[in-house]
Amino acid sequence: MKRKQKDILGKKKVNSVKKQKLFLMLSGAVIGFLNGFFGGGGGMICVPILEKVLKLDNKHAHATAIAVIFPLSIISAFIYVYKGYIESLPLLTIGLGVVLGGIIGSYALKFLPPKAVRVIFAIIMFVGGLKLII
Amino acid sequence: MTIFLYILFGLMAGVFGGLGMGGGTLLIPLLTIFLGVEQKLSQGINLISFLVMALVSLIIHYKNGYIETKNIWYIIISGVFFSAGGALLASVLPSKILRIGFGVFLCILSIFEIYKVFKSTKNKNIEQKK
Repeated sequence: MKRKQKDILGKKKVNSVKKQKLFLMLSGAVIGFLNGFFGGGGGMICVPILEKVLKLDNKHAHATAIAVIFPLSIISAFIYVYKGYIESLPLLTIGLGVVLGGIIGSYALKFLPPKAVRVIFAIIMFVGGLKLII
Repeated sequence: MTIFLYILFGLMAGVFGGLGMGGGTLLIPLLTIFLGVEQKLSQGINLISFLVMALVSLIIHYKNGYIETKNIWYIIISGVFFSAGGALLASVLPSKILRIGFGVFLCILSIFEIYKVFKSTKNKNIEQKK
């Protein structure tokens, strides 16, 4: 009797692990498609998924999201370059800024941005989004 | 002047990207709205500068022990295929459509982000009351 119960529990566990893997692969499809299609933004979807599904805390989720997006971006960057959507002057200057800023930001991750900053950032994003649509 | 703005916008996007708040979602609209860079070109530039930045910040995060490698392979394996598909689809569509699509994407992301902030404040309040 006890053994049977254990089997059922074991099966449930296997099922939920399978479901989790399937869900992760589906998420990967969505993240990958959007990141390739829009050339960015996949990380913003990846963070909450890592928090919810893999139960990572905020800091680990943010850092791990970069590790997830990195290989996806290699593939799509290759396609953008191959199709000719790249220019050397903006790339070099913007790239320099991004790398310097990225170093500052990575060290600052130890002190996570306060909520006010996140809300302000979201509002700026929303206005930017509207401007692009109109 | 443009070069100065390129560096400045890059710097801003880099800081947010390093914080994991979405550097690209900031960089792309900055370039297209204020500097009139074509949508696809902004996307290409964003991808490549992200790669360089990510390499640096991954090293820093790895040293700090913030990177969790367990189970992320499932996301990466399917993600790689679909990111190739997404990029190929983007390359055949006109920039104008991509621009509008990106605008919608940004609006949805920002609403979601605000919802998340308020939800986490609410949860904290409940915990404090307990």
